[in-house]
Amino acid sequence: MSIGHTLLGLLESGPRHGYDLKRAFDEHFGQDRPLHYGQVYSTMSRLLKNGLVEVDGVEAGAGPERKRYAITDAGITDVAQWLARPEKPEPYLQSTLYTKIVLALLTDRDAAELLDTQRAEHLRLMRGLTERKRTGDLADQLICDHALFHLEADLRWLELTAARLDKLAEAVRT
Amino acid sequence: MTPAGSLLHASALRKAYGTTPALDGADFSLHAGEVVAVMGPSGSGKSTLLHCLAGIIGPDSGTVHYGNRELTAMSDAERSALRRADFGFVFQFGQLVPELTCLENVALPLRLTGAKRKEAEARSLEWLERLEVDTVAAKRPGEVSGGQGQRVAVARALAGTPRVVFADEPTGALDSLNGERVMTLLTEASRATSAAVVLVTHEARVAAYSDREVVVRDGVAREMVGAV
Repeated sequence: MSIGHTLLGLLESGPRHGYDLKRAFDEHFGQDRPLHYGQVYSTMSRLLKNGLVEVDGVEAGAGPERKRYAITDAGITDVAQWLARPEKPEPYLQSTLYTKIVLALLTDRDAAELLDTQRAEHLRLMRGLTERKRTGDLADQLICDHALFHLEADLRWLELTAARLDKLAEAVRT
Repeated sequence: MTPAGSLLHASALRKAYGTTPALDGADFSLHAGEVVAVMGPSGSGKSTLLHCLAGIIGPDSGTVHYGNRELTAMSDAERSALRRADFGFVFQFGQLVPELTCLENVALPLRLTGAKRKEAEARSLEWLERLEVDTVAAKRPGEVSGGQGQRVAVARALAGTPRVVFADEPTGALDSLNGERVMTLLTEASRATSAAVVLVTHEARVAAYSDREVVVRDGVAREMVGAV
């Protein structure tokens, strides 16, 4: 999963401090693996350097300075491009896809479109494997079958998610 | 008229069953010789789309053109004649006539379009051989396995050398291995005879035998960008 794109996506709904970003990330995506503060700050300084975020304000306190980050126009374009680009089909893709779907819903983008694009990408690969199976020997067939079953599992998850988009939208927006 | 290059073209199809809409402005285009998968969740309207495209049912509004003829403006008799002459069908459960042998089942559409018994049966036997089920030619559908029955159904659909084969969940009742064999034989045979195939399926592994996919959701068909 791309932490940079995820944090950018979370910033799109409004400026946040690093701490708020970590909290929002953990709430939506960090069930198994919450983000470390260090990861947030190193990612934000990289995004800042690349012009994808800017510092919206600094609060001086007893501890270190608290920067408030805002997404830039270049950052919004970057998130949009990332969401629209289908992921390369591979095992355990669901966490990245889930992140993209949630971010699309949070930023009022078309999550169904995202699922359609991903389905097309999966099917493109499945067509290639099916053709290789048709012309290959038994070993080829078994190797391709293994990949095909995994891709099919992804697609079944995708269809189930598509059928539950309305409910997911309600859940992430509350 | 269909748009340039397309064999079958549907525009703004609407169909409701009572107050429940099944198609809500669906468009669809099929080119000669291509295999198109129609995908979508249960109840999305994909089977209704297939039935409208094949002229089995009429839409409430919208048009279906086949070549330079408008299916939606034809009489029932004209549509039936067109279906017999130019279309082939494969359904989920074969739908073979139980009283006839497998050979007679394959020969039936040929006989209905005027072929003599001997000629129809000779051609049917060739198709049963091609689909690797010539050994069950003399058996009745109740005496053969699901996979064999479905191959007989594919032979029946292709024996009349149709220009379009409509297949509605053709592997839905089969195990993986039989399903794959049926799909391989169906797509190879249709390509060899340049028949186009409209393949309704909810299974991605079956859709992977197609050239491109169309997704039906809430009664609207969407072409997939980036599909081959």
